Amino acid sequence: MLEVTELEKTYDTGDRALKSVSFEVSGNEIVAIIGPSGAGKSTLIRSINRLTEPTGGSITLDGKELTDLGQSELRNARRDMGMIFQEFNLVERLTVMENILSGRLGYLSTWDAFRRNFPPEDISRAREILSRVNLDGVENNRADELSGGQRQRVGIARAVIQRPKILLADEPTSALDPETSREVMNLLTDIAHEDDIPVIINIHEVDLAIEHADRIIGLSNGEVVFNGSADKLDEEARDEIYRGGESLEQKQMASSEAETNISDAVVERGD
Amino acid sequence: MSSNPESWERFDRRERLIRFFMLFAGLVIIVAAWRAMEVNYGYAITAPVELADLFSRMYPPDVGYSTTITGALLETLNISILGTALAILMAIPVAFLGASNTTPNKATYLFGKFIISFTRSVNVIIWALIFVVVFGPGALAGVLAIAVRSIGFTAKLIAEAIEEIDKGSVEAVTAVGASQLDVLIYGIVPQIKPAFISVTTLRWDINVRASTIIGFVGAGGIGVPLQTEINYFNWEAVLTILIAILGLVLVSEAVSAYLRKKVM
Amino acid sequence: MAAEPGSTANGSWERPTAFYSKNVKYGIYALILLFFAYSFWNLRMSPARFIQGLGAGVELISSMLPPAYTPTQRELLIQGIIESIVMAIVATVIGIIISIPVAVMASDNLVPGPIYYIGRSIVATTRSLHELIVAIVMVKAVGFGPLAGVLALAFKTIGFFAKLLAEEIEDIDHGQMEAVTAVGGNSIQRYLYGVLPQVMPRIVGLSIYRLDINLRHSTVVGIVGAGGIGITLLNSFDKYDYQFSMAIISVIVVIVMIGEGISAVARRRIQ
Repeated sequence: MLEVTELEKTYDTGDRALKSVSFEVSGNEIVAIIGPSGAGKSTLIRSINRLTEPTGGSITLDGKELTDLGQSELRNARRDMGMIFQEFNLVERLTVMENILSGRLGYLSTWDAFRRNFPPEDISRAREILSRVNLDGVENNRADELSGGQRQRVGIARAVIQRPKILLADEPTSALDPETSREVMNLLTDIAHEDDIPVIINIHEVDLAIEHADRIIGLSNGEVVFNGSADKLDEEARDEIYRGGESLEQKQMASSEAETNISDAVVERGD
Repeated sequence: MSSNPESWERFDRRERLIRFFMLFAGLVIIVAAWRAMEVNYGYAITAPVELADLFSRMYPPDVGYSTTITGALLETLNISILGTALAILMAIPVAFLGASNTTPNKATYLFGKFIISFTRSVNVIIWALIFVVVFGPGALAGVLAIAVRSIGFTAKLIAEAIEEIDKGSVEAVTAVGASQLDVLIYGIVPQIKPAFISVTTLRWDINVRASTIIGFVGAGGIGVPLQTEINYFNWEAVLTILIAILGLVLVSEAVSAYLRKKVM
Repeated sequence: MAAEPGSTANGSWERPTAFYSKNVKYGIYALILLFFAYSFWNLRMSPARFIQGLGAGVELISSMLPPAYTPTQRELLIQGIIESIVMAIVATVIGIIISIPVAVMASDNLVPGPIYYIGRSIVATTRSLHELIVAIVMVKAVGFGPLAGVLALAFKTIGFFAKLLAEEIEDIDHGQMEAVTAVGGNSIQRYLYGVLPQVMPRIVGLSIYRLDINLRHSTVVGIVGAGGIGITLLNSFDKYDYQFSMAIISVIVVIVMIGEGISAVARRRIQ
């Protein structure tokens, strides 16, 4: 179970990206975090495994506090959290197999990492996962030979082989076409149910979020403004998340400048 | 604005004046430079004749001599390879200091940049002079001269490759809980490897040429017999050496190009 | 994929290699190591001599600092530097004048086969020999002094300039040449109006670049007697006057850096 309590992040520039964010995730729940650009979605998810260092509050994973861990303890904690990135972030010049196995690096000595000497059970598991994400036979291809959708599935495989207690997905579908996006979302949902782990997904496309998520957290301007099941996300809640409480009509009357913002927000919600 | 419909000029008056002035200044500099050389026209006029005469004395090359230079030729090759290898070893830390995204702080960055530009600005033959004083005449001085001279070039290009790496994949490897060394091995090295290999082979190619001349100041290689034979006016042997050098350079250029193509 | 398919054993995986198999790979690595061991042995350097050398190095550096010169030496230094600069300018001009027809000869789109091969071989020969080798031969042909240096640098300029200019000429737009032919231009007009305007920026840029390179080389060709500051440097080493050597090296470094700076700025402004 992941508990985030009063999480704060203020950047060096003075921007306050997260304002006392609190929520819990447990079981095999799919939680979608939605909100306009700059709402702090990415900062939030990256703060959980401390790729971005939070400036206040607490994060616990299965009761273990993460915010005050030292370097080597943090590495151990990170092994339990699988992360999936918007731009896939594969090591392009390495093979698919190496990219997947890199998920096990936290358990390997540096010398073995250098020799690519992974234990046999990791390798056979990598093969299993490879066929689970529908990528049989590409293990010896270099990552830069794959299509976007294939790369993201390698990214997911890399996270799954960690045997994580939770999956964090930062805009996993933004770089993909709608068809592939849906496939990736289905894959993440399946993994959550089969491996019985929760998944937190940052996502632009509200429709995709409603379709796949059990619960939705709406973030606006660094604050949680909605936290409830997907079917409770009505028009009012969307206004709250995307327009700071004003309705579409009110905003349209405000000014022509605001109008561009609205159209941005509408575009962002994805068609 | 010229309003005469029957005349057309490419540049207006001001532009033409500037162009004319620059051309004139350029010519003045060239003429002044030529005069400053105080060329002895007697020599200058006979230069083509002298050159032709020299080549006629060189021909035919002394084929029998070629066996005596194989040792020196091999030494040249050895100097170029060892020098390049040593240069790379020294260039790697310099490159990490001189790359803005891996350097620990501003001071180390400037230090890296200083080494890069300093080693590059001193010609290999000057480095050879220095190392001959330090280690005595011989191939060791040559290897060190080649190595030190090459640091700047190789470190600069490797630093550029480091600056261009995709931070995302480094971050992804960090996120699975890998140690910093693992991140280096798994996330950074694969990304700079192609640049690394092409820089190495490119520099080796340059160093083969450099290794042929450091013998002029006693730093080993084919330059040593070349200078001796020239001083003894042994022109047929000189031509043999020149042909051997030409062959060595062309072969190493081809090998280096082949290796670069292979890693791309 | 000449390597074994790998999928035979589920728990093992081998990274495909650029070589034919793992054994070949290790064989090649072993050969490389062996070669380095041999080369190292071939230097015949005893550890004692190396350590002695390190001592001598420290001594040399301390005897070089601070750089200094007597009034007579100052004269020599200034004369030598001026001679080097002058040599660089004259050699660049002569080299370029010869290079342009060679470049045309070495462009496969402008000249028939046999001439092309003559052009290419001129380029290859002038590129392959190091400037100091050319200089040492020129010194024997025309005597000590700057003339030998100028001839050597001009010779080297041909290889560089003609090669790069030929590449530029091979990329030109043929339509412009054909247009000049179509309006009845003769072959000289074809070069003047159809080719020259297209490659002029490149000629100017390359000239500045080559001037910079020739300046570097003109400071050292004196070491074999071909004029410039090099001979003064060699003499200072022969006389163990290391403070003066250091002064000369420092001046050379400064001149080279200034030349490089001016060249970089000038080339940027042209583009």
